[in-house]
Amino acid sequence: MPAAALTVAARNPPDTVMEHPETILNQHVIDPEICIRCNTCEDTCPVGAVTHDDNNYVVDPEKCNFCMDCLGPCPTGSIDNWRQVPRDRPYTVEDQFGWEELPGELPDIGQAESGGGTAPGSPVAGAGVAGAALAGVAGAEDFRPSHFNSRIPPWSSAHAYTNLYGPGCERAYLTAKVTGNARVTEVGREYDTHHIVLDFGSEPFPVLEGQSIGILPPGEDSLGRPHHARQYSVASARNGERPGYNNLSLTIKRVLEDHDGNPVRGVGSNYMCDLEVGEEVRVVGPFGSTFLMPNHPRSGIVMICTGTGSAPMRAMTEWRRRLRKKGQFEGGRLMLFFGARTPEELPYFGPLQNLPGDFIDIHFAFSRVAGSPKRYVQDVMRERASDLVPLIRDPNNFFYVCGLRAMEEGVVLALEDIVEQSGDDWNTVGEDLCRQGRLHLETY
Amino acid sequence: MSSIDYNEKIPNNVNLAEDRGLRRALEHWQPNYLGWWSEMGPEGSRDFDVYLRTAISVDPKGWAQFDYVRMPDYRWGIFLNPGQEDRRIHFGDHKGEPAWQEVPGEYRANLRRIIVTQGDTEPASVEQQRHLGLTCPSLYDLRNLFQVNVEEGRHLWAMVYLLHKYFGRDGREEGEALLERRSGEEDNPRILQAFNERTPDWLAFFMFTYFTDRDGKFQLCALAESAFDPLARTTRFMLTEEAHHMFVGESGVSRVIQRTCQVMRELGTDDPERVRSAGAIDLPTIQRYINFHFSVTIDLFGADESSNAATFYSTGLKGRFGEGKRNDDHVLKDDSYRVLVERDGNLSEKEVPMLNALNEVLRDDFIADSVGGVNRWNKVIEKAGFDYRLIVPHKAFNRKIGSLAGARVSPDGHVISGDEWDRRMAGWLPSPGDREFVASLMGRVVAPGKFAGWIAPPAMGVNRLPVDFEYVRFN
Repeated sequence: MPAAALTVAARNPPDTVMEHPETILNQHVIDPEICIRCNTCEDTCPVGAVTHDDNNYVVDPEKCNFCMDCLGPCPTGSIDNWRQVPRDRPYTVEDQFGWEELPGELPDIGQAESGGGTAPGSPVAGAGVAGAALAGVAGAEDFRPSHFNSRIPPWSSAHAYTNLYGPGCERAYLTAKVTGNARVTEVGREYDTHHIVLDFGSEPFPVLEGQSIGILPPGEDSLGRPHHARQYSVASARNGERPGYNNLSLTIKRVLEDHDGNPVRGVGSNYMCDLEVGEEVRVVGPFGSTFLMPNHPRSGIVMICTGTGSAPMRAMTEWRRRLRKKGQFEGGRLMLFFGARTPEELPYFGPLQNLPGDFIDIHFAFSRVAGSPKRYVQDVMRERASDLVPLIRDPNNFFYVCGLRAMEEGVVLALEDIVEQSGDDWNTVGEDLCRQGRLHLETY
Repeated sequence: MSSIDYNEKIPNNVNLAEDRGLRRALEHWQPNYLGWWSEMGPEGSRDFDVYLRTAISVDPKGWAQFDYVRMPDYRWGIFLNPGQEDRRIHFGDHKGEPAWQEVPGEYRANLRRIIVTQGDTEPASVEQQRHLGLTCPSLYDLRNLFQVNVEEGRHLWAMVYLLHKYFGRDGREEGEALLERRSGEEDNPRILQAFNERTPDWLAFFMFTYFTDRDGKFQLCALAESAFDPLARTTRFMLTEEAHHMFVGESGVSRVIQRTCQVMRELGTDDPERVRSAGAIDLPTIQRYINFHFSVTIDLFGADESSNAATFYSTGLKGRFGEGKRNDDHVLKDDSYRVLVERDGNLSEKEVPMLNALNEVLRDDFIADSVGGVNRWNKVIEKAGFDYRLIVPHKAFNRKIGSLAGARVSPDGHVISGDEWDRRMAGWLPSPGDREFVASLMGRVVAPGKFAGWIAPPAMGVNRLPVDFEYVRFN
């Protein structure tokens, strides 16, 4: 089996406004009524995204990479606020300077999204969750899936190094060499997804499955500023895309149109997809210290992803596959729930099905197959409730959700239903999952 | 060989396990510290399990670990912010030279004095606050008080680490003396006067954490610029914790005001007597507390003209607030600053060499910062629909230190006669009657989610937990 067998799609970073055809940004904002202007967040932010004027401390939506480093040190909790906004119209830094209180939530943004307003080919449609997920949410206004998101990694996770390169670090970036760039979807299809391998030579850039890196595209934006970093999830295992080599892989989908179907060339994705072998790229990071896999024997992993959120799942699965091959590690159960529009949209759809069933239990949900009813990941999860209940009850199993934000609600609601129908209390179970580092949501 | 795992017991990033000299010094000091804590730390709290934040490393994920802890078992760690390679001194006569990793002989006495003065305030505030737990308005507030206390304790550790590591025998003796002085004790008081005042009630505690801990912030910020790199890095890390203390103050006063406004609305009046009989603290009393705490705190910055301040700056020991963000030559030999003086019944400004006025510069930065929070308190009143506005008193009001000491100046900045001062002072500063009234409200509320009648619940709990979480278990 080729190492890239599980590569399915690029995971679009949350910070790449130009890159995303999706319509919604979950914007990081600070509550001016609770904030005491202590400057801790500005001191902490590794990418300089927090700034202030005489009135307010604010987060620059162009710079924030959602690393969450500022959350812990904030003495007030004012830092932990989020607003869903149209991706092309986030609150600007100047808007936020003028705030005396947070603007209200805009609940109908999500509804508009689910109303079929997405452009063909956009990952929202591809994710196959939006409609059902948001319909499920309508009656539960206070339901906040992120409440259950673990802010700590599994107890047996390996130590993740973060922010080794970037603003404020000893070195602002590391130069990596492109050693591979292959198209992994059929030519002629609308999906142009590339599998890109970066090699760091003798420079340290340790990463774990679930972490991401930032790429600095050359050149400047329309305002003459250097491009900000584009963030991509690592798709390879900790010991290299090729075992024993200081390299890693990314899977990047070329962005050619925005959410309205208008032609637009995503700065990062087109730069990356057009790279030739031998060229050099500037890399920052690594980022992320909670979305990490467990490493103890018999620990199980349940992976739930849609569209572009599968890269970290590929990395985790590949690491477990390598361990299994060596025969010295007793892995637990692996389950993958994967939503997409059609089988054709999945690169390596065949090889994915060839992984042995006793190694990984894979469930697809396709939402746009002619003649078949729409199926979303949470539908399939509900069907597999009898498998999931014992996995939820056993603390050795860990749950990972990655994809567009819209899926978060649907997936967590499905988990809630499954738990409640098994006779357990979701609030207790959900809190336990969260506190024990067992439920990780990474959506954007 | 010691069987103690020092990295576990004393979380640190100063390689304590390998540093035998330092370990020996701390091993000797630690039992005395614990003795001080049990004698002078929060009263009757020994067996409480408190939901506390502990720093176990300096990275964003490690410095805020939340769990139940018994306070004597709190892991008081020693942390320096990560060093910056090739850090250079960026102000004063040594500007451009490499930052010092050791104490230069010629500055030893001054540096020790700075560190001891800073260090002395830390245990002092724990002592000042030790009885407050008996009258806490809620479990949430009790937990916040204890969090402030253990972190002041950690700040003492941080200063003692510097004394032990860099000042040899003198440093060890100073470390002991820090545990021997007592806030308010006549024979052996704490060094700075504001730290010998009592903190008799929770309104005073909130005012103290808002104003006086903010003085701490500005002093720490100035020291975080120091040419002595270990001091700069230590204080930089302390600032992260100091922010929480100011939050306790700002949000505490804000919640008192919120509750007061709620009562005023219910009663349909702002009459202080009626507000008081309904069990809330009237806004004029809150203003008098502000006047007192603000004026006592700005005295902490020292004399407005000070050759010591000039020396500390020029020799690189102590910078200005935000030194690195200022656009000037960072030497200041040719600059001047205007300080306030009282002359012939009028307040006027006098131009003095900037270097001599650096205490005043820091005081003015502090004042600007203080005003921001008071304006946010006013928003609470405004939102509730009342016209009353709280103010920060004039900086010449009620001063005891510097050239304005003893000047008779009203809170709105008018010089007045001694007679008028005597007559009106009771309306400007908390009277014994005010203190008695506030004290009468201080009952102990410890049912989870319940709050005393003079304070509103907070907008959110600690570490995203609910407000009614059991933040302290009494066992």
